[in-house]
Amino acid sequence: MTAVSNLEKAINSGQFVATGELGPPKGADLTEFKENAEGMRNHVVACNITDNQTAIVRTSSIACGATLIQMGIEPIIQITVRDRNRICIQSDVLGAYALGIRNILCIAGDHQKFGNETGSKGVYDIDSIQLLKGLKDMRDEKKFMGGDEVEGDIDYFLGAVENPFADPFEYRVTRLEKKVRAGAKFIQTQCIFDLDRFERFMELVRERGLHKKIAILGGVTPIKSLGAAKYMKNNVSGITIPDALIDRMKGAEDKKAEGLTIAVETIQRLKEIEGVAGVHIMAIAWEEKVPEIVERAGIYPPPKL
Amino acid sequence: MIIAERKPLEEIAAMVAPYKRVLVLGCNSCVAVCMAGGQKEAEETAALLRIHRKKENIDGVVDVFSIERQCEFEMIDEVLDELKKYDAILSLACGVGVQVLIERDPSLRVFPGLNTTSMGYPAEQGEWVERCVGCGNCVLHKTMGICPITRCAKSILNGPCGGSADGKCELGKDVDCAWHLIIERLTEYGRLSDLDEIEPPKDWSTSHHGGARTTVREDVKIDRG
Ligand code: SF4
Repeated sequence: MTAVSNLEKAINSGQFVATGELGPPKGADLTEFKENAEGMRNHVVACNITDNQTAIVRTSSIACGATLIQMGIEPIIQITVRDRNRICIQSDVLGAYALGIRNILCIAGDHQKFGNETGSKGVYDIDSIQLLKGLKDMRDEKKFMGGDEVEGDIDYFLGAVENPFADPFEYRVTRLEKKVRAGAKFIQTQCIFDLDRFERFMELVRERGLHKKIAILGGVTPIKSLGAAKYMKNNVSGITIPDALIDRMKGAEDKKAEGLTIAVETIQRLKEIEGVAGVHIMAIAWEEKVPEIVERAGIYPPPKL
Repeated sequence: MIIAERKPLEEIAAMVAPYKRVLVLGCNSCVAVCMAGGQKEAEETAALLRIHRKKENIDGVVDVFSIERQCEFEMIDEVLDELKKYDAILSLACGVGVQVLIERDPSLRVFPGLNTTSMGYPAEQGEWVERCVGCGNCVLHKTMGICPITRCAKSILNGPCGGSADGKCELGKDVDCAWHLIIERLTEYGRLSDLDEIEPPKDWSTSHHGGARTTVREDVKIDRG
């Protein structure tokens, strides 16, 4: 099987991979989005574009992905099952492929309750595992979810997310295995702050040999301030921040510098964990720091392909 | 049972404001159990409406009575002549009752006094919770009697999502994660591996997404031919 994207090639090469997150704007002016992409171009293998993250209306991930392709930067587009039914998702995936997009991340998406259109109808026609399986079958079996035939070739690299900090803890690994069977080849995890718990998660992953079947990219987010850390701890579903980390931020004179150092140290520790294939850096509203984090963590330059 | 709650008085009053002779019609089945539309609530609503209309200087009468079920022609027929005497009927039945009254006699002017919310049960005094969305294709045998379509905020069939924490849904600490409950029960019965199979996309055509549904039992139908 030949790799369809640089991300796939990099993962297959076995070298430690870094990807970066880009959030589209709440408007159609992509200037800043492009600047952010430009800023991390040489430091990451691919940029992952969110799909109306936290259910807030933004420019579509596919449109932003196509923009990156014009710039010569490789996108990973997120697709949630929150806003589209299976007709629309399959149609969008064909469109994304036609535009040159090759990496697709299948996710459920945050509930619409958290966004800026709280009265909207959550679609949830299919779930994220059904989405993975459906896209896998479109590619491998040339069949749409309804059984009709897909015309011509279509090929992409499929990923999913997993949250090692959600519950029930042990079942997360079972569900990861289910995602592997559904067709995921890479996994982005939720932001890792509780490394001890993440290590326990990876132990269970290794026990089942899952790290050999799927590339696990650990999610890393630099904390910008003490307030941001506390906010995430208390308000963001699925994120765990240990008290020790909050205390460390509290004690730091330069909070921003400390936040960056914590991110760098996290990556360095992740590199040592068997079965972690790379990191996904989510420097939300702090994208310009991605190069610094990558360099300081000692994962620059990206794998030569 | 069907669960409903009364609409705000102002909304109800505005609906029937143009009419002189108004009947508040209670329904003594489900909506009586959830204390929204039985005889007692119909009387209360009529009393409030009278006071409201008096303040607004609207003349006319507001009468009140209730029937056993507004969703069956036979029961409506017993009082149909009476119903026809009113310019407006404020039905305190669920959305079904409102519509069946009109289907029985299209000349009736019927207005909804309740917001119908769900199908569920009284969990405790003053609290009713939803347990079924009527999807038309029950999966409870696979999920240990806990409905992921109704109780999971994303109707996930291969759960739980990444928002599940400490047994609670990402929606908030007051909502149980349905998938947490399902996994707990499957684990208890040694059946967790049941979930290893990828549950395929659901056929929603049996649910409301296929349009209003008609259920037919040919064997009990009366041949009117
Ligand atoms: S937390 Fe549980 S109940 Fe809530 S959406 Fe996720 S799986 Fe469904």
